[in-house]
Amino acid sequence: MKTPVESILLVLFASFIGSFGAVFLKWGAGRISRNPITLLLNWRLASGVALYLISTVFYLMALRKGELSLLFPMVSLGYVWTLLWSKLFFGEPFSRRKLGGLALIFAGLVVLNLGRS
Amino acid sequence: MKVPGISSSVPAPAHTPFRFSHTQSLMLVFCCTLFGGVAQYLFKRCSAQTALVVQGGVVHWMALFTNYPLWTGLCCYGISTLLMVLALRDGELSLLYPVISLTYIWVMFMSVLLLHEPLTVWKVAGVSLICFGVGLLGMNGKKAAQ
Repeated sequence: MKTPVESILLVLFASFIGSFGAVFLKWGAGRISRNPITLLLNWRLASGVALYLISTVFYLMALRKGELSLLFPMVSLGYVWTLLWSKLFFGEPFSRRKLGGLALIFAGLVVLNLGRS
Repeated sequence: MKVPGISSSVPAPAHTPFRFSHTQSLMLVFCCTLFGGVAQYLFKRCSAQTALVVQGGVVHWMALFTNYPLWTGLCCYGISTLLMVLALRDGELSLLYPVISLTYIWVMFMSVLLLHEPLTVWKVAGVSLICFGVGLLGMNGKKAAQ
């Protein structure tokens, strides 16, 4: 079964949405207090979970057609997004190691796509 | 002086903080990758089972509820996330992250053996690069959480 382009795009989109889930979770996690009610009323955490769920739906839609061995590794594009948002929204520094890791992941994704035909 | 039958002056704290050892954390992450891999396989199976809901503009709710691979897959995914959180609490991130990328290898094995997808040099090379990349990302030498 050849993996259609739309499946790949769906996975990449899912990873994009999922990475925002992580941003909202991090944002909300900074505001957790000892009162458990605040955990439930924390709209940031709720949005984070919701974004994860939405990203899962897109991921499952992507899996309908195509190879799992190709589509699952592509979720790792999420790491790239997450690092970008960490820098942008939380001011976490880029280190040379992080950039190296990102470059390797990116290269892996390119290689996976090259072998698709 | 120890007097049997009389408790020591310092009472035990109400909940002693429990910590996993290094090896235990590694084992937890290892199990996390196994559950994560199985979850992926089940996701693929469930999505092949048409049941992702809409067919000809009609939403098939029953099909969604009886889509057992979907629910088992989500359970496995949940367990795997839980195990990872537990492991990350006490374990060193730099040690655990490379183990996490084992998931990619399990998924590759299962795709080839159970879903009969072709194993190509491209896939092996691409997944290896991603594994090294993920391992490198984790190697910041920082303690996980706090």
